[in-house]
Amino acid sequence: MFWNKEAETLPLEKLRELQLERLKKVVKYAYERVPFYRKRFDEAGIKPEDIKTLEDIRYIPFTSKADLREVYPFGMFAVPLSEIVEIHSSSGTTGKPVVMGYTKNDIEVWKEVMARSLAMIGVTKDDIIQIAYGYGLFTGGLGFHYGALTIGATIVPASAGNTRRQIELMRDFGTTVLCCTPSYALYLAEYAKDEMGIDPSGLKLKVGSFGAEMWTEEMRKEIEKRFNIKAYNVYGLTEIIGPGVAHECPEQKGLHIWEDHFYPEIIDPETGEPLSEGERGELVLTTLTKEGVPMIRFRTRDITAFITGECPCGRTGRRIERIRGRSDDMIKVRGVMLFPYQIEQAILEVQGVEPHYQIILTRPHHLDEIEVQVEMSKETFSDEVKEIEALRRKLEKRIEEAVGIRVKVTLVEPKTIPRFEGKAKRVIDKRGLS
Amino acid sequence: MKIKQISVFLENKKGRLYEALKALAQAGVNIRALSIADTSDFGILRMIVNNPELAKKALEEAGFTTKITNVIAVGVKDEPGGLAEVLKILYENDINVEYVYAFVEKSGEEALVVLRTNNLEKTIDLLQEKGIKLFDSKAVENL
Repeated sequence: MFWNKEAETLPLEKLRELQLERLKKVVKYAYERVPFYRKRFDEAGIKPEDIKTLEDIRYIPFTSKADLREVYPFGMFAVPLSEIVEIHSSSGTTGKPVVMGYTKNDIEVWKEVMARSLAMIGVTKDDIIQIAYGYGLFTGGLGFHYGALTIGATIVPASAGNTRRQIELMRDFGTTVLCCTPSYALYLAEYAKDEMGIDPSGLKLKVGSFGAEMWTEEMRKEIEKRFNIKAYNVYGLTEIIGPGVAHECPEQKGLHIWEDHFYPEIIDPETGEPLSEGERGELVLTTLTKEGVPMIRFRTRDITAFITGECPCGRTGRRIERIRGRSDDMIKVRGVMLFPYQIEQAILEVQGVEPHYQIILTRPHHLDEIEVQVEMSKETFSDEVKEIEALRRKLEKRIEEAVGIRVKVTLVEPKTIPRFEGKAKRVIDKRGLS
Repeated sequence: MKIKQISVFLENKKGRLYEALKALAQAGVNIRALSIADTSDFGILRMIVNNPELAKKALEEAGFTTKITNVIAVGVKDEPGGLAEVLKILYENDINVEYVYAFVEKSGEEALVVLRTNNLEKTIDLLQEKGIKLFDSKAVENL
């Protein structure tokens, strides 16, 4: 279903024209209003007028998360605070927080892209949508809220946490759409079944929009099976707008970027050079219409690739594949780069093992070692040591095939790996490197 | 002639065995025989109890992974060579023993051992043929 058919299916030529017009405008706007950009442009010897084609964007310096921290709190704002109607801030666990401000118009854009995202997966005013993303200083909750409000769906603003109540609300209100992190969705299903004796597939849910953390196709299948729903991938980040930068369509083959508002590039994270279509690299985004805090060539640290070819759904915004890793989450072990999702996928391929695992990095004798703890499931438990050992070796072999280095797998008792209501912490680094 | 054994997956971690046995104690389950197979990372606690279903329920409620497996209980003479006599029969008939452990109590003059082989049916037939005494679940529960 289209929310704004004209914008969503804009012919490519027209779309590029619109993007160029908006890019020129936002670059000039940022240069004139934000000292940070003026300084960067001047240092690089580039003027807004030098941008004559979309390809010229490559001459503009990147903006990093570290840059945003340095100007804490309001240094990136392009308008006076009186024009700002809402502020969001990252948690700041790895340094000073990043602060983003929205003008009234920015909120309108956010509502629009989230309404498109939800309508695309079939959400209408007749739906009851339970938003189990956090609301407080986290863009997840409010982003979905705005989108659902725009569509006119019935919102249950549950926010994150309070699992028992979430399930009671779903059951008693007849929730049809669930929005939360994918790991929390799995936790909800498990909790409903084990703690409350409620079969999650018997709830009225029909679709879910899941994101804010990395997940895999296997997790999607698991969520779809347990709740008997269609599970879709949402992408976004506070620095750009929040959720609603991109979303999957019913094809479930990549996430359409709303390109009339966000201009995407994929670059080589080492050299910063643009990659050709289909190559995997770091996603860089430029906001084309944002007023409060315009973002020019923001390095998302997210690893993905453009999916080539037209999408049968008719939308012309380019698709990106599901996020394959974050350069921040990237683990370098004995010089080899790997991502937690690779390990996750390998575990799930070995049949019957619940997708609960944790990666522990140590350096006992000046050499990195990886231990992967996997919870033993009822289905795979055998009372013979040799069979459990065989399962363990199978996991080790599969993970080694996936990541290219040897790992040690330890099987642990069920429910001993902590569950998280927000983002899952999959990696524990005890090497003392950072 | 098979009897039910309950197995529990235990991480090699302080207090886990105690937690498992505490769960059984609270449920009023009495243990007749037990053994632990252990590796450096995990162990498998195997038990013959007076009420396997109740034991399974209590352990799972306490968060343990369990499994019920069939084994046989064999009465052997409580004298040197008693168990060897039984194992000789299995050896000569090409049956492999997966594991074996002893009961806490005796039955009259006989010591009781739990036996699991790669072919339980054949083992039962053979031992009965040779006049070795097997105990059924009722006999085990009433020890």
